[in-house]
Amino acid sequence: MSAELKQSGDKPNLPPDTKMIEVFIMGKRYKVPATLTIQKAIEWAGFQFLRGCGCRGGICGACPTIYRTKDDYKLKIGLACQTVVEDGMYLVQLPFVPAQKSEYHIEDERPTIAAIEKHYPETFRCVQCNTCTKACPMDIEVMQYIAEIIKGDYKKAAELSSSCIMCGMCAARCPAELQQFNVAMFVRRMYGRHVLPKAEHLQKRVKEINENKYIPFLDELGEISHDELVERYKSREWQPEPYEDPNWQPKETKYL
Amino acid sequence: MEVSYFPGCTLKQTARNFEISAISSCKLLGLDLTELSRWNCCGTVYSLSTDDSMHHLAPIRNLIRVQEDGFKEVVTLCSMCYNTLKQANELMKKEPDRLKKMNDFMYREEDYIPDVEVYHLVTYIKERLGYEKVRELVKQPLTGLKVAVYYGCLLLRPDSIKLDDRENPMIMEDLLTALGAEIIDYPFSNECCGSYHTLGQKEIVLNRTNKLITEARRDGADVLVLSCPECDFNLDHRQKDTLEKYPNFQTMPVLYFTQLLNIALGGNLEDCGFELNYIDPLPVLREKGIIK
Ligand code: SF4
Ligand code: SF4
Ligand code: FES
Repeated sequence: MSAELKQSGDKPNLPPDTKMIEVFIMGKRYKVPATLTIQKAIEWAGFQFLRGCGCRGGICGACPTIYRTKDDYKLKIGLACQTVVEDGMYLVQLPFVPAQKSEYHIEDERPTIAAIEKHYPETFRCVQCNTCTKACPMDIEVMQYIAEIIKGDYKKAAELSSSCIMCGMCAARCPAELQQFNVAMFVRRMYGRHVLPKAEHLQKRVKEINENKYIPFLDELGEISHDELVERYKSREWQPEPYEDPNWQPKETKYL
Repeated sequence: MEVSYFPGCTLKQTARNFEISAISSCKLLGLDLTELSRWNCCGTVYSLSTDDSMHHLAPIRNLIRVQEDGFKEVVTLCSMCYNTLKQANELMKKEPDRLKKMNDFMYREEDYIPDVEVYHLVTYIKERLGYEKVRELVKQPLTGLKVAVYYGCLLLRPDSIKLDDRENPMIMEDLLTALGAEIIDYPFSNECCGSYHTLGQKEIVLNRTNKLITEARRDGADVLVLSCPECDFNLDHRQKDTLEKYPNFQTMPVLYFTQLLNIALGGNLEDCGFELNYIDPLPVLREKGIIK
């Protein structure tokens, strides 16, 4: 089958023994290479993304896809760019989920229960069914962050929701019609602005940049040869992970 | 002794005085209230529609958390949490088919085996320690303090979850007696505070507060004691509006039973959280020589 395919655009040049499987994209049957992600399989099938695709790296949240696999009644959700196709998969992308975004001035609001009641009152309708958690392609404990919001624990809610990519799947599945990702964004903003201490080192660094401290260093880099640039790039210093020592310093301290 | 403890949302917010005084006084009783490692809203109101399982998920999920933490009993303080958790639990014990359906729905959780017991703190103290033991531990008796005990609805109704006799409950009175307080006869102890009307039709609550506090005063009480953040909001914090509406109204301090328990057991005053009480109870407690 692969031999018959005309190669065009980005279509990979498949080896002859490539395993092909069947998937159903919006109900229509397609044969696609078994190793593709859903995103590439959709493109392989001939679709071109105008929406529903951004980073291709699991970060932007543009490509959530709802699917069912063979012989399993469970509705699954994954990011098209991160999920590999399976034989007999039914799928559809849902690139956007309608949700209201409350407008406010960050300085006028405080991290309180009252602020949630004002901006996202539907949050309190949650029945703790956990459908949102099941839906989340980022494996976030969505129900739990909603529970923390209802308790008024902004810290826990902000931490639990921090890897949300705003794909909207939780909101699409919620029987109580919450808008989880937007209320969580509100919580993280409040927490960042009014609770967390200001990052003093950042302010210091911004000041230094504004005072042109780094211009001479950049000029210097502009002058050196290509080979030296490569050499310096290769020998650049990193703080060893997992960044436990707060007093770590590189050997060369003149850039600090 | 470690006791699994479900706080509920309100105790983390407006009723923090209830929580801190409970934790402090329990410590003095030798009970270590251990907050569930994960929990969510109790569900707030027990759903009465017979075909509705959805609204039982919240309470039952919390009971799964009790299981997960390795406990067979859970203690709670708020009347509403108590009522909802306990009723939902009773339902699961009675209806295995429904329990199975709910366990299937919550397939990401371990199955709930309905042998967790839900306790209100006052029952737990009575059954596990006994009031004699409490009496022995009293350091500062509440001598001379005249107390009206108020239960409201949720600790006594329905029958399946009641703390004590519905019409003539004595469980809180007995505890306060053990603490040395003088209990006054207060026939309104199981009347409604107006509950949620406080949001939509505040007038109803002001009417109730006026009546309930005025009667307690007439019966000779110095303070009213209760165990429900909702009743507390209506009967304490709404005294401000009550006074505006009824100019002859005389205010009265309203306390959580745990606040008095903490004082009587010799706990720190800071652990009573009195700054969150709207009508300041300190003057009357000082007047009676209970605190310095
Ligand atoms: S899906 Fe909605 S109702 Fe269910 S737990 Fe999540 S937020 Fe609550
Ligand atoms: S929390 Fe909701 S919006 Fe955020 S990543 Fe998960 S499903 Fe998507
Ligand atoms: S394209 Fe950005 S997450 Fe998939």
